[in-house]
Amino acid sequence: ITCSFYQKSSQPASLSTEDVSANTNGPNQDALFDDDPEDLFAEATEEVSLDSPERDILLSDGPSPAITPITPPTSVIAPRIGHTHDDMFTHSSFDEIEEEEVDDSFDINISVSDPEKVGEYVVHPVQEQKTSMSLFKQREFSVKRRFSDFLGLHSKLASKYLHVGYIVPPAPEKSIVGMTKVKVGKEDQSSNEFVEKRRSALERYLMRTVKHHILLKDPDVLQFLESSELPRAVSTQALSSAGLLRMVNKAADAVNKMTIKMNESDAWFEEKQQHFESLDVQLRKLHISVESLVCHRKELSVNTAQFAKSAAMLGNSEDHTALSRALSQLAEVEEKMDQLHQDQANADFYLFSELLGDYVRLLAAVKGVFDHRIKTWQKWQDSQILLQKKREAEAKLQFTNKSDKLQQAKDEIKDMEGRVQQDERDFEQISRTIRKEVGRFEKERVKDFKTSIIKYLESLVLTQQQVIKSYFTFRYVTASV
Amino acid sequence: MMMTEENEVESTLSVCGHNIQIAEVLKDGEMLSFLIVSQKLSGTGEYHVHRNYDDFEWLQHNLFCQEDVAGIQGVIFPPLPAKAQVNTAAKVMKQLGFLSLGEWQPYCKALEVFLQQVAAHSILSKNKAVEVFLTNPDSPGKQKVKKNIFNRLSQAVDGMRKEGHKDVDDFFQTARDHNLVLTNCTKTVTEKLLEVVQTEQKIAVACGHFSAALLLCVEPGDDPNKQAFSKVCVKLSEVFESMKKSTTGVSENDVSTMGLGLDLESRYQEAIKEMLFRRTCKLVELEHARRNAEKAKPVKKAAMEELRKAAETEFEDISRVAKEEITRFEAVRVKMLQQAMVQWCEKQLLTAKECADQFTQHLEVFRGMNFK
Repeated sequence: ITCSFYQKSSQPASLSTEDVSANTNGPNQDALFDDDPEDLFAEATEEVSLDSPERDILLSDGPSPAITPITPPTSVIAPRIGHTHDDMFTHSSFDEIEEEEVDDSFDINISVSDPEKVGEYVVHPVQEQKTSMSLFKQREFSVKRRFSDFLGLHSKLASKYLHVGYIVPPAPEKSIVGMTKVKVGKEDQSSNEFVEKRRSALERYLMRTVKHHILLKDPDVLQFLESSELPRAVSTQALSSAGLLRMVNKAADAVNKMTIKMNESDAWFEEKQQHFESLDVQLRKLHISVESLVCHRKELSVNTAQFAKSAAMLGNSEDHTALSRALSQLAEVEEKMDQLHQDQANADFYLFSELLGDYVRLLAAVKGVFDHRIKTWQKWQDSQILLQKKREAEAKLQFTNKSDKLQQAKDEIKDMEGRVQQDERDFEQISRTIRKEVGRFEKERVKDFKTSIIKYLESLVLTQQQVIKSYFTFRYVTASV
Repeated sequence: MMMTEENEVESTLSVCGHNIQIAEVLKDGEMLSFLIVSQKLSGTGEYHVHRNYDDFEWLQHNLFCQEDVAGIQGVIFPPLPAKAQVNTAAKVMKQLGFLSLGEWQPYCKALEVFLQQVAAHSILSKNKAVEVFLTNPDSPGKQKVKKNIFNRLSQAVDGMRKEGHKDVDDFFQTARDHNLVLTNCTKTVTEKLLEVVQTEQKIAVACGHFSAALLLCVEPGDDPNKQAFSKVCVKLSEVFESMKKSTTGVSENDVSTMGLGLDLESRYQEAIKEMLFRRTCKLVELEHARRNAEKAKPVKKAAMEELRKAAETEFEDISRVAKEEITRFEAVRVKMLQQAMVQWCEKQLLTAKECADQFTQHLEVFRGMNFK
């Protein structure tokens, strides 16, 4: 079988600034992925059930958004296959899907454009370009989505995947002030900045989501990317990442309140938890540091512009022709510098400040899955205790003559044993999933940072070259004084 | 910044004026002490003297008080920077502007220029105080400095009224009008550049913080992903160290060339303003003397005539000297500003090239990073 989606395609002409370059040496046999490929999907049917108590906890705070019916991931495979052009998919086994998830070449490009007004709503056009991903019907897409649609997507994914250990990328923050300005049609620098900030955040959010091999196949994600019409979330108060953060924190508090003292048999989890806690502290520090840098850079731009103006005025007052010309040229150079400082401030902001902010928020999701594991463990412990009680009760009944009650007790014990086994499997499953997810997270982290840094350095080099050009021009003019 | 006299003048100075140096600045209790080095004109050898600000004031005072020199009030006196001490008050630091930066290096440069200007001045260099200041091993400034006799603009009670007094000479009316505009413009440009420099310094500090914070993100362990991330953090930290260096360089270039140049120009425009004001005051005095002479009763007439003649002579002397000074200064000023801008451009070009090279190197490092 020639598997077309394994070949490394050349980078498509990118619409977005979030290119993920394919630079791999072939399928990565990361040790963490050495599981039996069948296993992941065999569990899938049991991963999400409508009656999952974790889901209730997730949804118990605040107004619950309307969620499209949750279907088990296996449905991803079934109905769509018939629609794809790519025949090979119909022959596909779970092995190949598993292999796809470890293949680093990634063929999807998403770009989110500036908002438009459609009727009374503000929508963002979303364009995707894919090559040879046979999960999708077409190569290129363009849909229009409202901000609440993005939040709705996230809340659906969070409710489906967080509690089983998947690190679901958080959605961008809601901002009442910013949005009001845009709705009112205010056209000034701060509202333009807000629009760009949001656009970029939505784009990064989608890219992070589709980069996740499990989330990419989720029907809600596919529907989001492809359908021309999306069912509206009934409640407009979709979960923003702030809301999710609150919820995660509440879950964490619940964990603490229950004083769950988990007997951590696995040192890996303890070490990872500590590690993520200290990473959170570091990232926040870095974020504050960069924000300060961005602030000063903007200040420099303003001061440079003022300096340029004053130099121009001095040039105008100057009698001596050549000196006057030199001063005017100085003003021009400084105006150019002002522009470069602004560009630099944007680079600082989008490539670092936002990146660090994203990771601070991502770490909240990471913390969330760790807490869910603890809750899962607790559930398992509770079941075991309950089983023990039921056994004791049954033992007591042995000495009575209530045979029907005894039978009932025996039946209950059988059920309970089943539940204990299930809970144990759940716990082991979430532990496995988290291990994989953490590995994926740490790998993505390196890629993410490297990509941003390279873009940043490229912009720095470009800026310096323009600076040099400016000074050359200036030198030429002042030499004639 | 050098401004050499075009003509060879008779100077009582035994040292070379254009390369007077302030080699060192030391802390002497509360005061700053400056080591002044000047080259002997005859033969080889140097004079090394230690002077503090009081000594500079003594020198300036002596230059101001040359009543016997005709038209002395028409001289554009080289401006002396405000007094700086080991712990200078914030208000004075603000007034000093560029000169308050960089561990007193710009301040020393400004004092250096002051001495060079004095030594190069045809009238001023003849004053014995200059020789004493530059060559005498003992500090001359022990004497109490009397308030100078000149009508400082800021001290004149009716300064504003006199300042606007219409001139009898187009040359001077133009000079006064032009000076007014230039003084304001130059002051503004200097202030704005100072703000730019101060922000550049803030950026350098922020880069340093970010660079240090990144090093704290290094994660120990054998895990390849952790090692990869640690490497990224370390290399990024180096990037921001580079950025800190280059921003600091840019800011230092701004100060040492354009900053100093604009600061000097600004203070000189003030000095010209003072001189023109002195002349205007003399004009007012002269016009008074003329009226008095006209109105005088026969008894007083002769005396008034004497006063009128004296005032006229003084005014003519001042105007003559002032005209020479203004003409000389104009040529020198243009050259000085051009030099400042050229030097600024050259230094910034060099810094920018170094910076571009550094960033290109960093870029190659990151591009070459391959993580499994």
